[in-house]
Amino acid sequence: MLRTTPFHARTAALCLSHSWRRWAGYVVASSYELSHEREYHAIRSAAALLDISPLYKYRVSGAGAANLLDRVVTRNVSASQPGQVLYSGWCDAAGKVLDDGTIHRLEDDVFRMTSAEPNLRWLEINAIGLDVEIRDISDSTTALALQGPSSKAILQELVDADIESLRYFRVLSTTLRDVPVSISRTGYTGDLGFEIWLDVDDALHVWDALIEAGTAYGITPAGMLALDVSRIEAGLMLLDVDYVPARKALVDRQTSSPFELDLGWTVDFTKDQFVGRAALAHEAARAPQWRFVGIEVDWDSLERLYAAVGLPPQLPATAWRMSVPIYAGGAEVGYATSGGWSPLLKKYIALAHLKADSAQPGTAVEMEITVEHQRRRAAARVVKKPFFNPDRKRA
Amino acid sequence: MSTKYDAIVIGAGHNGLVCAAYLARAGRRVLVVERSNYIGGAARSEEVFPGYRFSVFSYVVSLLRPEIIRDLELPRHGLHILPLESTLTPLADGDYLAQWSDHDQNRRELARHSARDAEAYDEFGTLMYRMARAVKPFLAMTPPDPASWSLRELKGLGRVGSSLRELGPAQFHALHKLLTMSAADYLEEWFETEALKATKSASGIIGTFQGPRSPGTAYVLLHHYMGEIDGVFRAWGFAKGGNGSVSAAIAAAARGFGAEIRTGAGVERVIVRNGRATGVALESGEEIKAPVVVSGADPRRTFMQLVGVEHLPSEFATAINRFKFRGSSGKVNLALSELPSFACSPGNGPHLRGAISISPSVDYLERAYDDAKYGEVSREPYMDIVIPSMIDPSMAPPGQHVMSIFVQYVPYDVNGGWTDEKRDAFGDTVIDTLAQYAPNIRSAILHRQVITPADIERMVGLSEGNIFQGELALQQMFFMRPVPGWAKYKTPIEGLYQCGAGTHPGGGVMGASGRNAAFSILKVAP
Repeated sequence: MLRTTPFHARTAALCLSHSWRRWAGYVVASSYELSHEREYHAIRSAAALLDISPLYKYRVSGAGAANLLDRVVTRNVSASQPGQVLYSGWCDAAGKVLDDGTIHRLEDDVFRMTSAEPNLRWLEINAIGLDVEIRDISDSTTALALQGPSSKAILQELVDADIESLRYFRVLSTTLRDVPVSISRTGYTGDLGFEIWLDVDDALHVWDALIEAGTAYGITPAGMLALDVSRIEAGLMLLDVDYVPARKALVDRQTSSPFELDLGWTVDFTKDQFVGRAALAHEAARAPQWRFVGIEVDWDSLERLYAAVGLPPQLPATAWRMSVPIYAGGAEVGYATSGGWSPLLKKYIALAHLKADSAQPGTAVEMEITVEHQRRRAAARVVKKPFFNPDRKRA
Repeated sequence: MSTKYDAIVIGAGHNGLVCAAYLARAGRRVLVVERSNYIGGAARSEEVFPGYRFSVFSYVVSLLRPEIIRDLELPRHGLHILPLESTLTPLADGDYLAQWSDHDQNRRELARHSARDAEAYDEFGTLMYRMARAVKPFLAMTPPDPASWSLRELKGLGRVGSSLRELGPAQFHALHKLLTMSAADYLEEWFETEALKATKSASGIIGTFQGPRSPGTAYVLLHHYMGEIDGVFRAWGFAKGGNGSVSAAIAAAARGFGAEIRTGAGVERVIVRNGRATGVALESGEEIKAPVVVSGADPRRTFMQLVGVEHLPSEFATAINRFKFRGSSGKVNLALSELPSFACSPGNGPHLRGAISISPSVDYLERAYDDAKYGEVSREPYMDIVIPSMIDPSMAPPGQHVMSIFVQYVPYDVNGGWTDEKRDAFGDTVIDTLAQYAPNIRSAILHRQVITPADIERMVGLSEGNIFQGELALQQMFFMRPVPGWAKYKTPIEGLYQCGAGTHPGGGVMGASGRNAAFSILKVAP
């Protein structure tokens, strides 16, 4: 049996589409309404409420907690401050990415770590000899994402803490309608937004409070389809979709280093020791072979290809997740893994893995598209990620 | 010398049939002679009790080579493999451990026992898959002999080497561990749930006279993952109609290519003249000539009985004599008036459509082995149970069921030798053990068939009742199977070949030995 989330009593009642998707063994709504469109626009123009319970969550505490996390992830955890959140990937000994997630420094030696895959065993293996307590809080702590321009105003109505001064990638503890919550200014949409971490027993209470306070602001429960469009616009990669975690790779070529996933900025070689350090230092010295980039498909080219069969451009109705070949100078130079139409930017965009020499922003490439059952190549170019990056995200 | 046949295959077991089919496909005139009135050898379906069909001996398809399915067009000849995808391990405390084919369902169930094991499971599976992938080409080839310096042997070794080179260092080191460790020790590095370790380690002991803590058993675990490589191809499961359907499909393919199959035609001996096999003499006295004789019988029966020591080099006879059989497993087949209801998960359910493994802990399995080491049937044996009628309802009358119980350890050399009383006592032990987990089993039994290793030997002709035609232990595998220097299906008798599971790559309803043997024969006389 698949699991339902602590918010299921509410989400199921709202899910008019009866369209559900699996996420880490849970069912979550793909869209609540018959189309995900309004849910997407809520993320970008008002506020969207997303059930993100299926994330794996760990509480790491003790004198050796920062040390353990520093050994596991590539970023420098010890250099962070309490109240700070770090995004990082982490690797196996060969320097290939196992997972990515966030590390919330709640107190000096208390951390919350989130991930897409289970990591309890991995943390424990690396904790040998360290004074640290690791607790899998995936089932006891749940989470909601409140994302969009109005998210700050909605939260401020519900909590005493000063949300206005909570900066990007910072976290605080407060109460929301008398219920203790932890609020981080983080998210997977690339917009102004927050993630609210709470005890599962308070799930419905918090959901109801947010809906009540948010209704005047147009709060809209949003499903995974809307989230997928916005995370592509934000240039954020997804495990199993945009990369194969090293543990699941059937051959070495399926694995990726942080550099190949555009996570070079998270690799801190000033740390003496972390899993994969030697391999990563070696790779950094010789420059990575692959890059993870943004692709923007040329509209005129698209229009021409469809005009040839008497059609206007046919755009994907939802974001796609598959491997699509990318060409440059007639040769295949890589593949896109996620893509779709950006309703806000009015652009056909994709995230792609390209060989390093074809990955410079501005490089002219072609993306395969199927026009009336025939494979064609649409002109495209490499662009900087994120595609969408509003000032309000950090402001 | 003109004869009616180019080749005679002794025994209509699945390997003999596969060999015959490939030879006939290449245009050879082939005759298969079978002692019993059945085809299939140990891959046989039989209506043991009216209305109730059983896979009497082997009971699942696990490793049947996809290339054989393709080459012989087995689906066209009636092969239909139904999925058999879960494993239930009932526990003494009333709980259970289930392994499901759905990733999310499986992870959730494992996490109920250990979050660490749920996490390790995928990584373990991926590692085993990668190692199996590297080792697998070895199964489809005639094993090269590393003690030889001939160019052909070196080329063969080169192929094995390059396949292994595809492994990263981490996988290569793990392979070394697999080749040297016991199944229990190897699994201990990955998992903490006793029932999971035990159920997984069981696949390392099946058909051997070794316990889960015996070194070398880890490697056999890998064989279990070979089938998974074929992924969507799904050569793994339950053959509709029982395992006899596999044999029937291969036989139909062989006949389609022109092979003749004669049952009730037991071979008395292989006719050897001047070091050369020239045909067979049947028990009826009839002599049939052919320039090629292929034995699907096990190495001991082939050489000690059908050929005779007098025709063999002494050192070869000695080596064959040392080849270990030590049958260690038995079978109980039940006709049931109703489904077993397991205390851990009462009533009908998806758990009854998969395997049910009585393997609550590694200690349990090792204790079962302890009994056998000293000549006794395990007081609480390891059992691998399937209910074929849950997967293929045509196996039993509507609403009723058949149950297949594979049991280990049941020593061939039981203290005092096998008698009818001992067989009954063994049957009782199995039912008593099962009743601890499924209390209604006794009242549900309509008929019971109990098969000891001595029965397997008598009924199928497998020496000492070993289901793999010789233990599948590291010292008897690859270029050592059955005898170093003679692992290429050829024998010291010119014109005589082996094609049974007693040759590389060994047992299971795999067919690889039969196929490899056919290619060896066709290479010599194309």
